[in-house]
Amino acid sequence: MSGGARMNLLWLQSGGCGGCTMSLLCADTPDLLTRLDTSGIDLLWHPSLSEAGMDEALRLLEDIRSGRQRLDALCVEGSLLRGPHGTGRFHMLAGTGRPMIEWVRELAAVARYCVAVGSCAAFGGVTAGGSNPTDACGLQYDGRYPGGLLGKDYRSSAGLPAINVAGCPTHPDWVLDTLHLLARGELGADDLDDLARPRMYTDLLAHHGCPRNEFYEYKASAIEPSDLGCLMEHLGCMGTQAQADCNVRTWNGEGSCTRGGYACINCTAPEFEEPGHAFLRTPTVAGIPLGLPTDMPKAWFIALSSLAKAATPQRIKENARADHVVARPGRKPDRK
Amino acid sequence: MARQIVGPFNRVEGDLEVQLDVGDGQVDAAWVNSPLYRGFEQILLGKIPGDALVYAPRVCGICSVSQSVAAAFALGDAYRAETPPNGILALDLIHAAENLIDHLTHFYLFFMPDFARPEYAAQPWHADIHARFRAVEGSAAPEFLQARTAFMHLMGLLAGKWPHSLAIQPGGCTRAVSARERLHLGNVVGAFRRFLEQRVFAAPLDEIVALDSRDALQHWQAAQAGQPGDLARFLALGEALGLHTLGRAADRFMSFGAYREADGAPLFARGVWRDGSLHSLDVDGIAEDVSHSWMAGDTAPPRTARTLPDPGREGAYTWCKAPRLHGKAVEVGALARQLVDGHPLICDLVAATGGNVLTRVVARLLESARILLAMQRWTDALVPGEPFHNPAAPLADAEGIGLTEAARGSLGHWLRIEGGRIRNYQIVSPTTWNFSPRDAAGQPGALEQALTGTPVDSPRHPRKIAVQHVVRSFDPCMVCTAH
Repeated sequence: MSGGARMNLLWLQSGGCGGCTMSLLCADTPDLLTRLDTSGIDLLWHPSLSEAGMDEALRLLEDIRSGRQRLDALCVEGSLLRGPHGTGRFHMLAGTGRPMIEWVRELAAVARYCVAVGSCAAFGGVTAGGSNPTDACGLQYDGRYPGGLLGKDYRSSAGLPAINVAGCPTHPDWVLDTLHLLARGELGADDLDDLARPRMYTDLLAHHGCPRNEFYEYKASAIEPSDLGCLMEHLGCMGTQAQADCNVRTWNGEGSCTRGGYACINCTAPEFEEPGHAFLRTPTVAGIPLGLPTDMPKAWFIALSSLAKAATPQRIKENARADHVVARPGRKPDRK
Repeated sequence: MARQIVGPFNRVEGDLEVQLDVGDGQVDAAWVNSPLYRGFEQILLGKIPGDALVYAPRVCGICSVSQSVAAAFALGDAYRAETPPNGILALDLIHAAENLIDHLTHFYLFFMPDFARPEYAAQPWHADIHARFRAVEGSAAPEFLQARTAFMHLMGLLAGKWPHSLAIQPGGCTRAVSARERLHLGNVVGAFRRFLEQRVFAAPLDEIVALDSRDALQHWQAAQAGQPGDLARFLALGEALGLHTLGRAADRFMSFGAYREADGAPLFARGVWRDGSLHSLDVDGIAEDVSHSWMAGDTAPPRTARTLPDPGREGAYTWCKAPRLHGKAVEVGALARQLVDGHPLICDLVAATGGNVLTRVVARLLESARILLAMQRWTDALVPGEPFHNPAAPLADAEGIGLTEAARGSLGHWLRIEGGRIRNYQIVSPTTWNFSPRDAAGQPGALEQALTGTPVDSPRHPRKIAVQHVVRSFDPCMVCTAH
C-alpha cells in the first residue's frame, strides 16, 4: 500500500481506561482529524469519533468478519479479558451477547495489520496488575511472554505480528506515525524491536533529552517530589532504562514525566505495572540503587558516580534540593 | 411488549448496553448494563499505599486527573498532609483543565453529532447543524481539537502529560512554576477563553455567567440570532425538539463540592438538592447495594465494602454496583454541581422543567465559563519561588477519604491502610451513581429512571434517537462505572 492508496481503520476498546484514545485527541499540529486525512487513513469506525452507532456498527463488524468489507488496520485499545474461567465474560461486547475476545480473534484473522494501542493491548498492562482478577493479557503477549490472546505464531495477512504501540498512555505520535508508515507500506519486521514495538520511538531512552541530565551527571539527586535534582537515586526514575523518546518528542507541548517532576515508571515495557517495589522510591542494596543503566558494567557506574558526586559543583548541589533555581550559573571573572 | 437490547453505544467513554421494555411508542422500563469489569479495587489490595497514585488515574482515561485527585486526597487525609497555597492552586488548575476540556469534548465530539444525523434531515435547522457538527467531517471538530490541544499544553507544563500524571501528590504538586511559566500558563488559558468567547458562546464569559433565569437565557438566545455561537445553536434545536421534556430522573442531586479556594472553601459548594431545596450532605449515608450486580456480598458503606465478582448472581444484570444516599438514588454531574452551588440560571431552569437533556447540557457549558474565569484567577495567584509541595510522612495504619468532583459528578475514594499496605480501597465514580442498576427495593438508577417515558419512534424523534440523547446527556464514562 503506497503512493496514493489509503488505509481504512477499525478501532475497538476493551479492558482499558480509554486513555490512549484521549491521548490521541491531543495530537498536535495538525489536529487529529486533519492528520488522519493527510496520513491517508480513513476511519471505518472509532468508538469515540464515529457517527455510526449501534445497529450500524454491528453491521460493519459482521461485514468485516464475513469478508464483505476489507479491513486494513485493526487497532485494539485495552487488555483482552479472558476471565472468568476462560469465558471472556468480563467484557461482553454490548448488543452482541458475545465476549469481546471472540470478536478480536475473528477480526484479527482477517485484518491486513493488527495494532495494539497502549501497554494494555500490547502486554496486559495495569489491568493485569495485582492478582489480575480478569485474567487480562495483551494481543500477542502475556506480560513479557509471547502468546497472549492471539498466540505467538499469529501474523496478520500482511505477514506482521501484532504491532505493540506500548505506553500508558501511548503518545499520539507513536500511534499516528505507526499508522502513517503502515498506510505507506513502509513499516516492516525490521522496523520493530524484540517486543514488536516500532523502533522509531523505542530506539531512544526516556533519559535522552531529560532536562535533569546535568543533575544526573553528578548524581545530584532530588529527595522530595518537586525537587529539581535527578530522580533516579531516590525517587524511582527508570528513565535510563525505559525505551521511549518521551523527552525528545515531549507530551502536551513541553511535557514529560520527568519534566513534570516525577519518575519515569517505564510504562512502555511489559509488566511495568508490577515493579516489585514502590513506584516512587528507588530500591537500594547497601545504598546502591537497583536498576542502573542496563548496558554498562555496574562497577564502572559506581566508580564514575562516586567521582562525579565528589566533583559536584555547589550550584548543582543546591539546585538539586530546591524546586526552583536558587544558585545561578557563574561566569569567569573578568581579566584584570 | 417487547424487550429490546440496544448497544454498543459509541461516543460514550467505554462500552454500554441498555435493555428497554417498549410499549405504546415509549420506554416503559430500562435496565442499564455496564458490560466491562476490570477489578481495580481487587488489584489495589496489598499494594504500597503511594502506588495508588499510579493505579487510580488508570481507572479512567478521560477523568484520570479526577481519579488522581481523589487518591491524593484519600492519602492526604490518611497521612494528615498539609498542602501549601501554590500546591492547592496548581492542583486546582490541573483538575479544572481536565473537567473543562471533558465538558467540551462531550459537547463537540460525543453529544452534538447526533443532531447532524439523517433522522433529522427534514428539520429546518439541520443543514447548519450538519455542516458544523457532523462527526469527523463537520467544521467544529477540527476547530475544537486544535483549541483543545493548545489548551492541554497546560497539562504538559503542570502535570508532565495527560492523561495519567503523577504530579498530584498528597501535600501538593511535583512541578513548581517559574515566573516565565506562569506567564505562559496565563497565555494558554487566555487563548482558550477566546475559543469559548468566539465559538462556544459568541459572547463574553461575564455575560454568560451573569445569566440568571430561564427568561434571561431565552432573551440572550434571541439576541444571538444571525451569528449564533454553538450554545445558541444548541438552544434553538433544543427548543424545536423539546429536549427539556426528555430524560427527567427523580430530581435528587448531589455534589461533593469542587476546587479548594485559598480560604479553604470550595469554589462549587457541597450538598444535596431534593424535594425542591438544598440540604447538607451526610457522607456516612452512602452505601453500595449489589442486589442486581454481578458482585458477591450485601449492601455496605464504602469504608467496609468489598468488591468480589460473582458472575452467577441471581437477578444481576450489570457489573456496576448501586450506590445510594440514605437509600435513595441520586443524580450527579455539572447540573447537580451548579444547582447545589445555587447558580440562579440553573436553579430557575430546574424549577421550571427539572433535570433533563437540555438542562444538563446548559449546566455543562455554563460551568465551563465559570471554570475558565476561576482558572485565570488561580493562575494570577501563583507565587513563583514559594513551595508547591510539603512532604507528608506515611503512616503504617490509617484511614482516609478523598472526595472530589469529576466532570461527570461526585467521585469518592475510601482507603484503609494496615501494616503499611492497602487493606481496602473502594471507588465510587460519578457514572456508578448515574448508571446504577436497581437496588434491593427495586428502585432504578438515575438513567433507568430518566429513560422511562422516552419516545422510541415518534415523528419528532425517530428510530430511538431520543434514547441516545438521554443516555449521552449524562456524559457517561463507562470505564469508571464498574472499574
